[in-house]
Amino acid sequence: MFTQLIWLVPLIPFIGFVINGLGFGKFSKSTVPIIGTGSIALSFILTVIAFFEYNAAPQSHTVTLFDWIVAGNMHIGFSFLVDALTLNMMLIVTGIGLAIHIYSAGYMHDDEGFGKFFAYLNLFIFSMLILVMGSNYVMMYIGWEGVGICSYLLIGFWYKNKDYTAAGNKAFIMNRIGDFGFLLGIYLIYTNFGSVEYSDVFSRASFYSTGDGVIVAITLLLFVGAMGKSAQIPLYTWLPDAMAGPTPVSALIHAATMVTAGVYMIVRSNVLYSLSPITLSVVLAVGVITALWSALIALTQNDIKKVLAYSTVSQLGYMFAAIGVQAYSTAMFHVTTHAFFKALLFLGAGSVIHAMSGEQNMRLMGNLRKKLPLTYRTMLIATLAISGFPFLSGFFSKDEILLNVWSNSPFMAILLALTAVLTAIYMFRLLFMTFYGQFRGTHEQEHHLHESPKVMTYPLIVLAVLSVIGGALGLPHIFGVPHFLDHFLRPIYAMNPRLIGHDPSMTAEILVWIFSIATIAIVGHFTYRAFALTAVDKHINIEKKSIWYKLSYQKFYVDEFYDKVIVKPILFLSDGFAKWIDRFFIDGVVNGSGQLAMLFSSIVRQAQTGNIGFYVIVMVAGIALTVFIVVFKFFVI
Amino acid sequence: MLLILLIFIPLLTALLAVFTKSGARQIIQVASFVNLALTIVLYTSSAKLGDNLTMVNIPWIQSFGINFHLQADGISLVLLLLTNLLMPFIMWSAASHNYKNENIFYALIAFMQSGLVGVFAAKDAFLFYVFYEVALIPIFFICAFWGGKDRIRITMKFFIYTLAGSLFMLMAIIYLYLQTPGTHSFDMAAFYGLSLSSTEQTFIFWAFFIAFAVKIPIVPFHTWQAETYAVAPAAGTMLLSGIMLKMGLYGIIRFIIPVVPEALNYWQTWVLTLTVSGVVYGAIIAIRQDDIKALFAYSSLSHVGLIASGLFSANAQGFQGAVLQMFNHGISVTAFFWMADIIEQRTGTRMISELSGIATRSRQLAIVFMIMMLGAIGIPLTNGFVGEFLLLFSVFKVSIIAGAIAATTIILGATYMLRMYRNIFYGTADTTHPFSTFNKREAISMYVMAALVLILGIYPSLITSVSSDAASGLLQLFNPAYSVR
Repeated sequence: MFTQLIWLVPLIPFIGFVINGLGFGKFSKSTVPIIGTGSIALSFILTVIAFFEYNAAPQSHTVTLFDWIVAGNMHIGFSFLVDALTLNMMLIVTGIGLAIHIYSAGYMHDDEGFGKFFAYLNLFIFSMLILVMGSNYVMMYIGWEGVGICSYLLIGFWYKNKDYTAAGNKAFIMNRIGDFGFLLGIYLIYTNFGSVEYSDVFSRASFYSTGDGVIVAITLLLFVGAMGKSAQIPLYTWLPDAMAGPTPVSALIHAATMVTAGVYMIVRSNVLYSLSPITLSVVLAVGVITALWSALIALTQNDIKKVLAYSTVSQLGYMFAAIGVQAYSTAMFHVTTHAFFKALLFLGAGSVIHAMSGEQNMRLMGNLRKKLPLTYRTMLIATLAISGFPFLSGFFSKDEILLNVWSNSPFMAILLALTAVLTAIYMFRLLFMTFYGQFRGTHEQEHHLHESPKVMTYPLIVLAVLSVIGGALGLPHIFGVPHFLDHFLRPIYAMNPRLIGHDPSMTAEILVWIFSIATIAIVGHFTYRAFALTAVDKHINIEKKSIWYKLSYQKFYVDEFYDKVIVKPILFLSDGFAKWIDRFFIDGVVNGSGQLAMLFSSIVRQAQTGNIGFYVIVMVAGIALTVFIVVFKFFVI
Repeated sequence: MLLILLIFIPLLTALLAVFTKSGARQIIQVASFVNLALTIVLYTSSAKLGDNLTMVNIPWIQSFGINFHLQADGISLVLLLLTNLLMPFIMWSAASHNYKNENIFYALIAFMQSGLVGVFAAKDAFLFYVFYEVALIPIFFICAFWGGKDRIRITMKFFIYTLAGSLFMLMAIIYLYLQTPGTHSFDMAAFYGLSLSSTEQTFIFWAFFIAFAVKIPIVPFHTWQAETYAVAPAAGTMLLSGIMLKMGLYGIIRFIIPVVPEALNYWQTWVLTLTVSGVVYGAIIAIRQDDIKALFAYSSLSHVGLIASGLFSANAQGFQGAVLQMFNHGISVTAFFWMADIIEQRTGTRMISELSGIATRSRQLAIVFMIMMLGAIGIPLTNGFVGEFLLLFSVFKVSIIAGAIAATTIILGATYMLRMYRNIFYGTADTTHPFSTFNKREAISMYVMAALVLILGIYPSLITSVSSDAASGLLQLFNPAYSVR
């Protein structure tokens, strides 16, 4: 019933964008967030209604608005699909989105671009909803590019700072490398399946056998897109730079929603991925390596947001690892719990930065738990959740990933377990450096320290509650209750006969639990001693550190490597093309032929009589002669 | 009848303007709006109006079988709309310059307008050729008299270049004429019915190709372009890039595809190699350009290379994508060159390295520029996306590799556009010069064009549904075995 009106869900934020966009500079600071937040609240309510309607009668619906692209026999509809996976994402996007919008009303209140900020944020929600609600790959592409543009605009939100806008450019261009793969993937899908509609593609996938070259190519190309959007090796370096954007943006776009689009894309295409074991191995490997790699970098970063950014890259790696072993529901489970605790961590970090008057360096913080008790407590919960403290949300979702990967590839599972240890280390390091020890900032900052206003702390509390209870969505076997999320998502695997169910043994499950608990206990103990009890240096002398510390601190020099190997050569090519090919070679030939003509003309100049009639005769005769020669030639041949 | 009006209204006002000193600009401006209104009527209801109003076929030079034959199918309609839509804007853009001999300047633009309308409506090859050359003469004078530094040398190069190209076309047209049965005819339909040997096809194909490749331009026939765009007055650059280069693309549609389909089939790999490498080549050069106009020139080279690729791919998506993208490209380059002119007028420079922080000076300019940029880099729900999507797909269909190479434009295009935008608009502003925001003429034009970018992005059928019959007809001419594909 209501499902027919599902297009209202993205439309309302779009209207919010238009109103706040047109009214920018005219609306008062109280009107702006009412429009911006109100539109998301409406969308959220509609999503919840849709969710209950779906739950009452689990059946997917397609709603077509109009034919969008028509050329020859190609018809691509502007249409929406409502099913379990879509609803899962919609709830995250509008729910977390709402919390972050409310938070932003406080966080951005004194910014001169307040109205612009809400306009962009609404536009982002619109794009993200299109991404997850489209019923075909081109619709997904609309949202995909749309969120990319919003991300670009919001990273460079403080556009007077050229470093920030450079980060925006980098994010967009790197994403475009991924989009390049995605677009080719769509073309390959269309040429082979004759449609880009999910329902057509997945039902026709049954004509292909496992490992078919076309499917391998399609899935790999789509995965290139996912690498860009979800910041996986080698396309991850934009995400840490994206922290230049305001913190609510980092929470919403670069942690909870947009960066999980790649996971959504693959889970959506699970039918295709299950047909291509090669791609799955690639996804698994990329996911695991990315998880480990970025966790290593996170260990030594001093910028509180940078730590969280690398942590996000790492956690996304976990999700791809789950996909790599076909544990699609598990990946979605982690997407969901991660959205809770990572959004919370970022918002908490925002609250800290807010209190510290813009300072982001953790070495200049310390002992904030007294002044920011609420922020501290919620951050503590989030830290415990991401580190896998028993019965918090991250505990269940991460353990599920470990168990699933274990049953497929123990080696990869060990790497992931190692990453889990690293995760606990850098998260506790963050927590202790920020909230424990001595305060290391300036007196002014100390004087100014304050807990954030309610409009910012309430969202923290809500997210903290979710971070605690989120695990209930996917309780393991041991509890003897069905896995809610897996059960809910079942219909999206209806056309995937190759899905293997994992049924981990009781022993394995208990072993993972013991591992998690031991990790937290041991890591907690040592990091507490290193960062809470011992005084933290305000400045570090990187030269004196070990090579490993340096490598981690300098992010393995990947940016420098890309600059040398990709950026510089392209700039060189650009100059080279312009100078040598265009001006020297081609123009040389053109001008040369011009000079040749001048040479002839000096001979022919004798014929210049000044008589126009003569010219006309010569011209006509010339043309006639040319024609004659051509014609003659043809007849002879 | 309507088509005749569309040609003669600008022509007569041009003549009138030559002889009136004051008020010439206003007369021509008003005429351009009349033309636009008539075109909109024609565009929206050509099917209902009937042949009496939409077709003209009068014997002209009977002894040579030349007729004054005008008729607009869907593809023509789109280009006519583009021409007559952009003309009022282009004239407005010049208004703030107070050029010397203003009446002549505007007369030349109007004169050119008749030529362009004629090109896009002609159904007689000779007539087409005449209009094709008629459109060249005014732009030559505009560049040579109102251009910037070194204008004579550059304009001469441009003139000789395109004229030399046109001679190849003339040759081909005359040859085709001689092949027509009976008393011979220059009617295009007669050309379409010819059965030519493969050698003949090859020669005609390359003759047309060179003629149009210069005009479009296709690499390596493009070296006149960046210089000419840079030296021409802003209105001239808009005319050249917004409308005139479409004549070349249109020529491919009217001559190469239907007249010598076999040769196109045979040489497809070759020409696609040229056009697709042009896509990448132009985009790479654009990355390092400092002059905004030169950057747009190379960006345009890249974009039209893709349009030509779509046409040479010869499938439904290529044709439809090309027609749509010709329209889109016309709007965006006109807006871009105008904005480049606005920036130059306000700041005294159009060197990217010398500009900064304009977003703080004029929010309107920053927003319109952003929307145009999103269109140019093909963000979905802007007009550029659908065109680019179809064109890249059409190339992909012919060759996956060529499609993949062409598709790198989505990376490279974003690179040079974002780099330029960042340098011009972001950062701190130089406040030593005053920077006034849009005046009324600028504001109206820019908002209309920006709105079109979004409207056509959301509902491209406004264009594609008009051109679809003509496009599938073209496909039939290319290969009768093709049904709609």
